[in-house]
Amino acid sequence: MRSRSLGANGMASRSHSRARREATLAYIMLGPSLLIFGVFVFFPFVKNFTYPFYSQSTAAGFGAFGGAAKSKWVGWSQWHAVLTSRDFWHSAWVTFQFVVLTVPVGIGLGLFLAVVAHQRLRGITIFRTIFSSTVASSAAVASTIFFSLVGTESGLWKLRIHGHGVLDDKTWALPAIALVAVWQSLGLSFIVMSSGLQSIPDDLLEAARVDGAGSLRRFWKVTFPLLSPTMFFAFVVGSISAFKTFAEIDLLDPIGKETGGTSLLAYQVKRLAFDGESRTGQAAIFAVGLFVIVLLLTVVQMRLERRVHYAR
Amino acid sequence: MRASTVRLLARYAVLTALAALIIFPIYITIVNSLMRPAALANGPAWWPSHPTFSNYTAAWTDARMGRYLFNTTVVTVAITSMQVVTAVLGGYAFAFLMFPLRRVMFVVYLATLMIPGEVTIIQNVATIRSFGWYNSYAALIVPFVATGFGAFLLRQSFLTVPRDLHDAATLDGYGHWRFLWRVVVPISRPAIGAMALFAFLGAWNQYLWPLLVTADDRYRTVQIGLKQLRGQNLSNVTVVFAGTVLAFLPIALLLLAFSKQLVRGLTAGAVKG
Repeated sequence: MRSRSLGANGMASRSHSRARREATLAYIMLGPSLLIFGVFVFFPFVKNFTYPFYSQSTAAGFGAFGGAAKSKWVGWSQWHAVLTSRDFWHSAWVTFQFVVLTVPVGIGLGLFLAVVAHQRLRGITIFRTIFSSTVASSAAVASTIFFSLVGTESGLWKLRIHGHGVLDDKTWALPAIALVAVWQSLGLSFIVMSSGLQSIPDDLLEAARVDGAGSLRRFWKVTFPLLSPTMFFAFVVGSISAFKTFAEIDLLDPIGKETGGTSLLAYQVKRLAFDGESRTGQAAIFAVGLFVIVLLLTVVQMRLERRVHYAR
Repeated sequence: MRASTVRLLARYAVLTALAALIIFPIYITIVNSLMRPAALANGPAWWPSHPTFSNYTAAWTDARMGRYLFNTTVVTVAITSMQVVTAVLGGYAFAFLMFPLRRVMFVVYLATLMIPGEVTIIQNVATIRSFGWYNSYAALIVPFVATGFGAFLLRQSFLTVPRDLHDAATLDGYGHWRFLWRVVVPISRPAIGAMALFAFLGAWNQYLWPLLVTADDRYRTVQIGLKQLRGQNLSNVTVVFAGTVLAFLPIALLLLAFSKQLVRGLTAGAVKG
């Protein structure tokens, strides 16, 4: 082989100064990013684990970070208090319910739309554009639309259940928010599922058709299994983002957002750390809970991705 | 009618029904944003009978949505362009350069993907305050100019650049910088475009962070403006509708123009080639 590779052999044959120049260049390229990661990702990440060891009880909670701290070392007691509290586990439970309400429905609907739109028809592009349209809507836009349509204060249709607004109903507030989240993520789900469908070779489906498989059978025996990597990806990414849901709660202001049936974890982090009396130690533990969930999901995904894709 | 015609019509009927269902909230929002508040006294409008843009004027000036859109544009463009630069550089280093601790650095980049923003916000808000950046563009931009995801994505794309091209460029006396800008970037334009659009969308739609580090109209972004708008215009839902359209429309038009990049960006990693 005449062409030189950049592998270990290439390194050895190169002069020492050239290797050093390359290393310098690499760190010039990575340097700015590493600085940002250090200051805004890794340092605050590590620091977050120290907050629970202190009690912050000042209203002006930020003094506690700068140096003139009004915080007191409390050891593991705050960890213990939060991790045995009803609020923490209830919040985790509610968040889990929310994920279960949103992610499978979102993926299922996205897949359904993708299958329906996966046909050669005149004007199908228009339908595909409409099906993916909600991707342009942020969580804030979706929440504001929902609120303006059915909110009890100013909505066009003041939707009422058991005599009060849907967001003030203990049973229906969470499903209503889930509906907003599903609608908002539907465009994304459709796009992901569509491109998954398009990557399935037509001759496979054609062969199944020739063998006499009906359309339902073709879907369950060919399309569905071949789509499972795509669905798994959508499941992981969708779950991570659903676990971190915040804007919908902040904007829709449902009943039970503090400790009740809509107290999602991310909202608790913000509420405990920044609203009123700042309780950063408690907030940090809720944040750790979110981190553990995201970590688990990411690890599962990376394991699977490596097996399928990065086997280089 | 022939059976095939019936089936064709049925297909269109299903597609139309689904499209109507999905677009309904947006449609009603647009229609009612064009109505005079008084016109809604007898219930919501289904059609803009006497359209007016007065709600848009109110949302743009009185509710400061114009200013918020400007802020969002500044922040989003800055974040996107800087992310493209840092991701191209990072992707190049990991794809073409040998250097000490290369694997460690790669893990460092990947690790940033596993740390959710919620775990870092408490300290980051404190850091921003200690830098004196609270309520400034710097607070909204600087923490997001580097991206592990983008660098990772572009590395994957750069690895597909044919090795021969690199050898040819080296023979022609190209250094790494010239090879990067003259060869790698031009042929990786689709991937960079997808990554840029992905960054743009993420930056435009940010909610929690801008909520925590902005305090007034000078720096508030359009997503936070929606919360503001909702709070102030409880009695005037048509203005809220207009403001929502203002927040929604720019990104919708952008996505329509770049729908190919969007599909690439959003499905990167989802579909195994």
